[in-house]
Amino acid sequence: MSSTEMRYVNAVTQALRDSMEQDPAVVVMGEDVAHAGGSFKATRGLLDTFGERRVIDTPISESSITSAAVGMALTGLKPVVEIMFMDFITLSMDALVNQAAKARYMFGGQGSVPMVLRTPHGGGLSAGPQHSQCLEAWLAHIPGLKVVCPSNPQDAYSLLRAAIADPDPVMFIEHKAMYASKGQVDTTITAEIGDARIARAGRDVTLVSYGATVPVCVKAAEQLAKEGVEVEVVDLYSIQPWDKATVLASLSRTHRAVVVHEAVQSFGVGAEIVATIADEGFDELDAPVLRVAAPFMPAPFASSLEKGYVVTVERVIEAVRKTLA
Amino acid sequence: MKNNKQDKHAVERLTGLYRSMSRIRQVETALTRLFANSEVPGFIHLSIGQEGVATGIASALQPQDSLATTHRGHGHVLARGMDVTSFMKEIMGREGGMCKGRGGSMHVADLSLGILGANGIVGAGIPIALGSAMAHQIRQTGGVAVAFFGDGAMAEGVLHETLNMAALWKCPLLLVCENNGWSEFSPTSRQFVAQLEKLAGAFGAAYAKVNGNDVVAVSEAAQQACEHLRAGKGPFVLECSTTRVRGHFEGDAQKYRDSGELESVHEHDPLTAARVTLQAAGVDTVAIDQEIGAQVDAAVEAARADALPTMERAIQDVYTQIVQEKQA
Repeated sequence: MSSTEMRYVNAVTQALRDSMEQDPAVVVMGEDVAHAGGSFKATRGLLDTFGERRVIDTPISESSITSAAVGMALTGLKPVVEIMFMDFITLSMDALVNQAAKARYMFGGQGSVPMVLRTPHGGGLSAGPQHSQCLEAWLAHIPGLKVVCPSNPQDAYSLLRAAIADPDPVMFIEHKAMYASKGQVDTTITAEIGDARIARAGRDVTLVSYGATVPVCVKAAEQLAKEGVEVEVVDLYSIQPWDKATVLASLSRTHRAVVVHEAVQSFGVGAEIVATIADEGFDELDAPVLRVAAPFMPAPFASSLEKGYVVTVERVIEAVRKTLA
Repeated sequence: MKNNKQDKHAVERLTGLYRSMSRIRQVETALTRLFANSEVPGFIHLSIGQEGVATGIASALQPQDSLATTHRGHGHVLARGMDVTSFMKEIMGREGGMCKGRGGSMHVADLSLGILGANGIVGAGIPIALGSAMAHQIRQTGGVAVAFFGDGAMAEGVLHETLNMAALWKCPLLLVCENNGWSEFSPTSRQFVAQLEKLAGAFGAAYAKVNGNDVVAVSEAAQQACEHLRAGKGPFVLECSTTRVRGHFEGDAQKYRDSGELESVHEHDPLTAARVTLQAAGVDTVAIDQEIGAQVDAAVEAARADALPTMERAIQDVYTQIVQEKQA
C-alpha cells in the first residue's frame, strides 16, 4: 500500500482500526472513547465498526478501568485503554506499577499482560498544571513496563501496531499538541519497540530526543546547518527499552551530545541517557553532555509563562553552541 | 429410600468439602511451624478459621471461571486446586514454586486454573476480577470471575468503582467479602461506617449474607450466586461472616484483640462443625486428615529439597521478549 497523508490523531485511529480488524481480542476502552469518539477524537468511528462490546465507554474511574484492563489481559483479551490526559495516570498507578508491570515476573513467567495504555502528555495549550505534564520517566522507571512516544504520524501508526501486538504492557505516550500535525503514513511500515531512528544525519553534535521535541530538534539542526554545523538527531521513539546502541554509535561519530525533552529536567529520562553516556561513552566525549528540558516547576497556565517552560528551537541551538564552544 | 439417597449424596458432598478444608488447614498449620523455624521468608497472612469460605466458593466454580484474591489468599488458591507441592515450594522461595519463588505468599497464581493472583495491595484484586468478568462477557466464555476481599477493603475506592461498573454492564462478577471483623490491626467497625448490603443495594447489585463458617451454607449460596451470574443478571455480592484465628500476619501477637475474643475463636471452627456431622454419618475424618497430612508433609520435604532460584533466570521474566542489549 502506498502512503497517505494523515494527521497524527488519524494515524492513531488507523492503527487501532487495523489492529482490531486483524485480532478480535483487541478491545478499546476509556472515558468517552465510544460514542464521543474520544476527547481528542482518536477513537472516532470505531464504535460504528466494532460495536459496544469492543469499544467501551467507561465511567470516570481511572483506577479501576486500568486494573480492569489487567484482568482482561489475563483473561484472553488485548485491551487498549485511553487515559484522557497523562496527568490522570496518577489514579492508575497501582494498576500499572503493582499489577500490570509485575504480573509476568511475579507469577514466574506463567503469562503476561498484553495491554496498551494510550495517553497524551505535554503542554503548549495553556492546559495548566494538571493537564500538561510529561510523566513518562515514572513509567520508564518500572521494570515490566515498556514506554514508547512517537514524534510523527508514521511512527504513531507503526508503534501503536507494535504496542498492541506486544505481549507486555506498553505505555503509548501521545502528544496533545501534535494531534493535528500531518505526515505521510504507510501502513505496511513496521516499527520495533526498543529501536531508535536517526531523524537527521550529522557529524558535529548528537541531539537525542523523543516525541514533540524531535521536530524542534530537527528545526534547530536545519538552522545550524546554515552556519555549517551538522547536527545528528536521534529520535528515541522507544524510551523503555531504549536504543543505547544507536545513541552511543552516534556519539562515536560526533563526540558531543545534548538530550532534549519536554518533561522537567531533574530525574528525567535525559538523566538516564546522560548517565549512560558518561559511563559507557566517556572516552568518546569531547564536551560535557547537556540537557534541554523544562525547569523544575509545575507546568504553567498563562501563555507568557508557558513560553518560558516549553523547549524552543532557540534553547536547543543555544545548548548546541555551548557544547561546541 | 429417597431420603437415604439424599443423605448419602449430602455426606459425599460434605466429605469432599471437608477434604479441601483439611488441606488448607494442614498446609497453613505446617506454615506456622515453618515460619517459626525461619524456613518461610517474608510475611505470611494465614486464613486459619476461614476455610469454609474458600472451599464453599470454589465448589461452585467451573473450569472456565477465574478469580483474584488477597494477601490472605492461600485458602482460595488451594481450594481452586493449586498443586500443594508447587504451592509449598513457592511459599518457601524455591525455583520449582508455582511462581518460581518470585512472588511468594502474597502473589501465588496459577493462570491455568484462572487464578489471577493473590495480591499485596488491599482491594487491588477487585477491579482485576472486574476486567476478567468483562472478558468472560466479551469473549462469551460462559465463565464468571470471583473477587475475594476482606472487610478492610470495603473502604477502598476501587470496590465502589467496581460495583458501579459491574452493575452498569451486568458483568458476571461474584464479589465475595470475607468479613472477619478485622481490618489488619483495627476492628472494621472503627473504619467503615456503611453496611455492605446497603452499598450493594445502592448499585442495584444482588446481595446475600451467609455464615462463612458453615461450608455447606457457603457452597449453596455460591451455587445460587453463580446461577444468577451465568443467567446474565449482573454482579452478586456475597458477604461471608467468618473468624480470623491468627494475627494479621504470622508472628503478630494480637495484643489489640480482647483475650475473651481470642479464646472463643475456636468455637466457630468450620472444620469442627463439619467433622461432627461426618463422624455421625460414619465417615472416618481422622483417616482423611492423616492422608492429607502425609501429602502436606511430602510437599514440605519436596520444597526443602528444591533448588533456590537464581538471578540469571529471574531477570529473564521481566519481559516476554527481553531485549538484552537494549535494556536500559
